[in-house]
Amino acid sequence: MISRFDAIVIGGGMLGSAIGFGLVREGLTTAILDEGDVAFRAARGNFGLVWVQGKGVGSPAYANWTKLSSMLWSEFATELQGRTHIELAHSRRGGIHLCLSESEFDARAKLLSTLSGHQKGDFTHEMLDRKAVGEFLPGLGPEVVGGSFSPHDGHVNPLYLLRAMQRAFVDLGGVLRTGSRVLEISRDGEGFLVKTGDLKIHSARIVLAAGLGNRELAPMIGLKQPVRPVKGQILVSERVAKFLDMPTTKLRQTAEGTVMIGDSKEELGFDIRSTPRVGKNIADRARRSFPFLSKMKVVRTWAALRVMTPDGLPIYDQSKLMPGAFAASCHSGVTLAAVHALTYARFVANGVLGDELSALSAERLNV
Amino acid sequence: MFRRISKPQTNPIMLDFEGQTIYAQPGETIAAALLAGGVNKFRVTQEKGSERGPFCMMGVCFECLVVIDEQPNQQACQILVEPGMKVRRQRGAAEVVPLGGEVDHGL
Amino acid sequence: MDYDIIVIGAGPAGMTSAMTAAKFGAKVLLLDDQPAPGGQVYRAVESADERTDDILGIEYAAGRRLTQALRSQHLIEYVPHANVWQVTDGHEVGFSSGGSARLLRAPWIILATGAIERPFPIPGWTLPGVMMAGGAQALLKVSGLVADAPVFAGSGPLLYLVAYQYLKAGAKVAALLDTSIKSSRLKALPHVGGALSRWDMLSKGRSWMAKIRKSGTQIANNVTELRIHGKSAVNGISYQTQKGLSQEIKTENIFLHQGVVPNVNLAMAAGIEHFWHSAQLCWHPKIDAWGRTNVDGLVVAGDGMGIGGAEAAQATGQLAALGCLAELGKIDVADCENQAKSVSAALVREKSIRPFLDYWFQPALHFRVPSDETIVCRCEELTAQDIRDVIDMGIAGPNQLKSYCRAGMGLCQGRYCGLTVQEIIGQETGREPEDIGYYRLRPPIKPIPLDELAEMEADPPANEN
Repeated sequence: MISRFDAIVIGGGMLGSAIGFGLVREGLTTAILDEGDVAFRAARGNFGLVWVQGKGVGSPAYANWTKLSSMLWSEFATELQGRTHIELAHSRRGGIHLCLSESEFDARAKLLSTLSGHQKGDFTHEMLDRKAVGEFLPGLGPEVVGGSFSPHDGHVNPLYLLRAMQRAFVDLGGVLRTGSRVLEISRDGEGFLVKTGDLKIHSARIVLAAGLGNRELAPMIGLKQPVRPVKGQILVSERVAKFLDMPTTKLRQTAEGTVMIGDSKEELGFDIRSTPRVGKNIADRARRSFPFLSKMKVVRTWAALRVMTPDGLPIYDQSKLMPGAFAASCHSGVTLAAVHALTYARFVANGVLGDELSALSAERLNV
Repeated sequence: MFRRISKPQTNPIMLDFEGQTIYAQPGETIAAALLAGGVNKFRVTQEKGSERGPFCMMGVCFECLVVIDEQPNQQACQILVEPGMKVRRQRGAAEVVPLGGEVDHGL
Repeated sequence: MDYDIIVIGAGPAGMTSAMTAAKFGAKVLLLDDQPAPGGQVYRAVESADERTDDILGIEYAAGRRLTQALRSQHLIEYVPHANVWQVTDGHEVGFSSGGSARLLRAPWIILATGAIERPFPIPGWTLPGVMMAGGAQALLKVSGLVADAPVFAGSGPLLYLVAYQYLKAGAKVAALLDTSIKSSRLKALPHVGGALSRWDMLSKGRSWMAKIRKSGTQIANNVTELRIHGKSAVNGISYQTQKGLSQEIKTENIFLHQGVVPNVNLAMAAGIEHFWHSAQLCWHPKIDAWGRTNVDGLVVAGDGMGIGGAEAAQATGQLAALGCLAELGKIDVADCENQAKSVSAALVREKSIRPFLDYWFQPALHFRVPSDETIVCRCEELTAQDIRDVIDMGIAGPNQLKSYCRAGMGLCQGRYCGLTVQEIIGQETGREPEDIGYYRLRPPIKPIPLDELAEMEADPPANEN
């Protein structure tokens, strides 16, 4: 195997694959080093939302970054599909967050008006009453009082997105190595030397995109990425004839007809078991939202670990100690895939992060 | 064709299968009744429109799916016949129809 | 609702476990998804008439002893039509019965969910008219139905047994196409000693074959290139004889079989570790002599721990119960070990023929790893070519493959494709089964309606941490 690259990306999940694709697209010889078919990768645990509403409340930088990605997404999807002939089933026709009580509605309205406040027209949303929501969504349950709608929101098949980014990466000459857990990163002149169990590779640039693994790797490049796992469980249904075009935050219908239902948040460390009591809560909210789904069968469940930072915002850093080394962590890898591939990768290629990301450095966390 | 090796009981249970009357035995599964009635195509797949029929007869293959009294994706080999059941083929994905909504079977 | 032991599966292992446990005063809940006890081997034995007994044989009718004993044991709460969709690693069983879901806790849970038939992927195997031989036997047992002049194809004792039972029922069998291969037989020879110690079982098998031969049914040995024909339903099957001649038989029903494998979904979803059994070519749970697994409180008995047959299942069912009883303090350890001694001896005797049978009938690689055009994942309609295309991209294993093409995501949750996909990966990459692994299975292991889950009644949770 070639032992020298312009860039090495550590982690072949949603972040690593997007960044890797972006780098080869910029003309850099790139290797992605991925651990393997192992338990904790968040990249197979995505709901599939390409979502703007509710992101970055109180953080204009994150809200802008998210909005930028949302605007790049359609062309990104078109490009990926053109390159790989893999159908991503991306659609961007708006999304809804359902509120099942007046207090939920009020809290949501408050949250989003804060966001609109600092985004000044760049973020559009509407609080809809029950009747208005009903124009978009069929068969609402009696407890639904309304919801928030944003035209910027959409969804995609996250598994096929991952497959397509990796395919496009490889087709452009990228080298994807699975079963390659990184053990050591060290400075090598102006570049880097990366060691796995059986490989030693040199590169000019390095990006840590290893999700929960970033915590352990970051100090090797003089950075801190204080990430922790937050478990989310999902129910997946049998294939159902298409009834729902618009995604909602906790329930969406995929292109092949299955209905995905979430969500939940548990802080249980590295635990990805599907548990019946949480499943019950998720099922309960779903059928209260859409009673006609009562007899729809749940066929499987899964759980995955979100890569969560202390304040929930992404962390993007460049090493001062070792220029050319970057680290990125977020829990919205699908929404941000477009901006990671088309914008972030260019920053890495140029050797410096754009100003738009300076507020998202770990320094804000006083770590 | 499947045939019965024992004499059928004198009071069969009648079900409707897409307009055809099927005579079933008490305590029999819908799958057995349909097979005895000459029906071996139970469903049509969603992606390629292929016809499928009962396969494992023990509830683990999910090929014998039919619609029973408008309930979709029911395993015919696991459900016992009841008088007056209306059974039809499961064509494509399960229909879950919201009031006033529309469905697209994806076929 | 305090059960000492919850037993899942009312086949010979489950019934025996439950009865052994109840005999020593344990309060037992026995859950089974069928309308009556018996599992697969004794399916519908309670309602079988004399004619059925005669066709299916005395070993089948003997199952009635077990079901009758079960019914008379009042410390066992037996629930038929129960869909067990999850067993957790926290002593809980999630199941649905009568439209309601429950989550019950018990200190010991015995998984006796038995076996399923191994996939048999050949071109045309998804056409209406093709069934597994065990399925054909179920139709015969439960409903007294036989097909018109079917073709039986494959290998293994169950295939010959069902063909034999068809003939006893007075039905015609068009042909028996045997796919057993010489190299498997050669692998079996070192184990012939164990086989000879069970001459009774060997004779039984030989008597089936003798009757099949005597009936004039066409028999072809060592067949290859099996292909099922038909457009929207079966109209024939073609094959190549051992002399290399191409033949075709017209028929509307084909019964396939090439062995049985543990039904691992419930056990794997519960977090029970498994290992690859290289003779049976399938996954077995890692267990000790009492069936205990790596998960506290979870025990496995019967064919689900490894294929051994109905008599072995009764023995392992007893051992599983004895182990639980000792843990519960319902019998003392010395008593437990005493009881276990004769059961273990019986088990050794039952299993002595196993290695020989496992190798003799080991299905050929070409029937486990199919040609490109053959459907591999029936539920999601994926061919071997689709699978190989994904492997070519450089996937890490079956779970990444599953996420890229949906193989294993359909309703059967990998029961009819998991082994095939794993073996295709092995063939394409040269990796060993233990290294490749299997689909990560998740609950519910059978589908459950959304409202049942939403209204699930749970026992109070144990005090966590």
